Amino acid sequence: MEILNTQSNRRSFIKSVAVSGGGFILGFSWLANAKGATGAESGEQIEINAYLRIGSDGTITIQAPNPEFGQGVKTSLPMIVAEELDVDWESVVVEQALFNMDLYTRQFAGGSQSVRAGWNGLRRAGATARHMLKQAAADQWGVSFDEVATGDGRLLHAKSDRSLGYGEVAAKAAKVAVPENPILKNPEDFKIVSSTKKNVDGKDIVTGKPLFGVDVDHEGMLIASIVKPPAFGMRLKSFDAASAREMPGVVDVIQIKTFEDDYQRRIFDDNAFPDLVVVVGETTWQTFAAKKVLKVEWEAFDDTEITLGTWGGGSRAAVIPGGLESTSDHEEKLAKLDEEAGGVARKDGEPEAAFDAASQVLDRTYSAPYLAHNAMEPQNFFADVRGDKIVVEGPLQAPQFIEQTVSERLGVPIENIEIRMTRMGGGFGRRAYCHYVVEAALISQRMKRPIKLVYTREDDMTFGIYRPAYRMRYRAAIDENKKVTGFHIRAAGIPESPLHANRFPAGAYENYLAESSSIQSNITTGAFRAPRSNFNCAAEQCFLDELAETVGKDPIALRLELLQRAKNTPVGDRNDYDAERYAGVLELVREKSDWGKAKPGVGRGVAAYFCHNSYVAHVVDVVMNQGRPVVERVCSAVDCGIVVNRGAAINMVEGAVVDGIGCALFGEMTIKEGVPQKNNFHQYRMIRSSEAPKRIDVHFVKNEIDPTGLGEPPFPPVFAALANALYQATGKRLYRQPFVDQLET
Amino acid sequence: MAEFVVKVNGRNRSLEVDPATPLLWVLRDHLKLVGTKYGCGMGQCGTCTVHLGDTAIRSCQFPISAVGDQPVTTIEGLSEEGTHPLQKAWIEHDVAQCGYCQAGQIMSAAALLKRNPNPDDSQIEGAMEGNLCRCGTYLRIKEAIRNANA
Repeated sequence: MEILNTQSNRRSFIKSVAVSGGGFILGFSWLANAKGATGAESGEQIEINAYLRIGSDGTITIQAPNPEFGQGVKTSLPMIVAEELDVDWESVVVEQALFNMDLYTRQFAGGSQSVRAGWNGLRRAGATARHMLKQAAADQWGVSFDEVATGDGRLLHAKSDRSLGYGEVAAKAAKVAVPENPILKNPEDFKIVSSTKKNVDGKDIVTGKPLFGVDVDHEGMLIASIVKPPAFGMRLKSFDAASAREMPGVVDVIQIKTFEDDYQRRIFDDNAFPDLVVVVGETTWQTFAAKKVLKVEWEAFDDTEITLGTWGGGSRAAVIPGGLESTSDHEEKLAKLDEEAGGVARKDGEPEAAFDAASQVLDRTYSAPYLAHNAMEPQNFFADVRGDKIVVEGPLQAPQFIEQTVSERLGVPIENIEIRMTRMGGGFGRRAYCHYVVEAALISQRMKRPIKLVYTREDDMTFGIYRPAYRMRYRAAIDENKKVTGFHIRAAGIPESPLHANRFPAGAYENYLAESSSIQSNITTGAFRAPRSNFNCAAEQCFLDELAETVGKDPIALRLELLQRAKNTPVGDRNDYDAERYAGVLELVREKSDWGKAKPGVGRGVAAYFCHNSYVAHVVDVVMNQGRPVVERVCSAVDCGIVVNRGAAINMVEGAVVDGIGCALFGEMTIKEGVPQKNNFHQYRMIRSSEAPKRIDVHFVKNEIDPTGLGEPPFPPVFAALANALYQATGKRLYRQPFVDQLET
Repeated sequence: MAEFVVKVNGRNRSLEVDPATPLLWVLRDHLKLVGTKYGCGMGQCGTCTVHLGDTAIRSCQFPISAVGDQPVTTIEGLSEEGTHPLQKAWIEHDVAQCGYCQAGQIMSAAALLKRNPNPDDSQIEGAMEGNLCRCGTYLRIKEAIRNANA
């Protein structure tokens, strides 16, 4: 059995409190996991605490600490507590916790870290409570602690054939000293973890209950809607609200500034449009209608200096470039970087010499456009600001960051801000950038009324915070024996490079060079499901496919050979992947997909990747039907350690596959003279029912490694597996995303 | 502004609104039936799907003045207790991820099953093509429809 210390590091306390009615509450707060054990994706805090309540009637209430946006943590995190508490899952009631930095930390949805960061803390929460209940029962029966067992929410004493419900001793358990070393279960004894538990909100979702931010309704609430510049690089000059004020239901038209000019922007404060005109009205329809008659003048701005916060609390000066940018200019600038050496991110051996001596060089360039997140629920937030008290409620991924921004902007102390997290209608990274919370709070403060800010789809799609635009050039030096002697990556992006320099195949090539460049822009970008990886993987895994063909090897065999080399004789000491686990998913997908037994007319492609601490490989089978790709089957192999909620995990992988195929085929936002060229789903093509794969098979590597991320890792390798399959089906290599126009001609 | 009496989920509801107001916003803002969702406002995503009589319509594109005396059914009125075969199948197949689009998906599927109790796969895809799911739960949606029907 595993013993974990509850008294680890700072903030080491667990408190138990008896409650009226005889139950008890266990509150706890500690560092749940060694910080950055295997490198958290973005350096965010990996702390968690939680909270559970046992009623005298035996009801177990478990708080789900993290925001839910479809990744399933409202179900999976409480499952971990329930496992160690040893209760019947059917007796558990799950509640969405309030945002509370004193009780919980890392109440953040992002980086695929909720389960990973929560795992130890949540297990300890359950185990601590179980220990205290056992002690209380032992005291009541006058027997030794070791003679008390638990099962399905009951305390059992086999010798005397006695048993007690948890609720019957909960009040006494609350008075038991909190154990320092609660005993955790062996993974092979898990009954809840690794099983399938259905979404705790499933019934409410299918019956239309008000679960989402946009459903929030409070007494006296008005609706607010923004009017923002039509183009990046523009700002508000003046507005004439006379005709809008005449519209039915309009209460007021106001101007807000989301930031003061000298404001030091925090992480996730990215925002191209801090100066807004706001229409406030009685109903959503009236408010949207009034926006259309508002007369606003905009003006282009010059280069603007701002101060940006950085991870770790520092800051740096930055310039937002002036000008009205276009995708065509971006593409030209990025293409020029193909020929320019970038900043060296990693260099092993003598890559230049390897290329000079090569008898053949495979040289390919890949690109991908901006992507809009397009969560189905447009941005919205409720705010009620009364004097120095703020209540905000709605969908957000990053409450702890925006709380500070709201506090500073409105001049209200953090302890006077209550953030209620609703279920989110998707997020995909977009709702980590919660400018709309500040906007809602400012509007309520000005109006002295509770308001709900609601973006139109057009506001949502044209606000920015896009996935950056990327370009990567890959080169391989090949000698006369078809041996790869050098590997070179030149990565660029607007505004950031997609490069992960220490990922595979770094470590497998003696002579390796990875360079990075970036181009600044006034078009805002942000995290999009598996940031950087979502393109780095596409380019790398397409290149490896073509490289395998060039040197006459099977694409899986080539990867396994490289991984074997990276495992046995790794080059460099900064490789950030486990070559054995990486090879494991490739071997599993090879077996499960019957690789090598392709059917005639079916194009098969493979890709694998490691990110967010997990390993995923996909094999895609595609056929072309009248110029239209039909994905017949996707076979996926995943190593994310222990799978907490099996059915939900399969659903997550299926969703990532569908999302990846959609983005690879259709996803694209273009800009002309600063204006986003797509503002709704008639222009921005999204994958639809008939375009989804006909079948997706998901297989997990079985091990007892603590669970790691799953929201993001299955997404990046879809792009390349699809492109590689399309090559087999059509004979055409695809270098430029999205692919659809290159197929349907 | 004009007065309307609309029959929603079996109840007559009177209200006074601009005749151009889309049924979606009447349901959400006036009648507080928020199970019907706003997604795009132009009939492209299907999150706002309700039934007018037995037909699935995009309520964001349907002015209140055009409803007349035809009964409107929303997700809240599809069944008394959430026990419509599709609702049960959705739970059984654990379809939802974020869940935002699912009410619209279920309403589109329910209209399909009313006019065609035994749809084949291409008929299912045809009926569901107008409903976007950003989380990518399409396979489970189709599986739930097949099994609700079985």
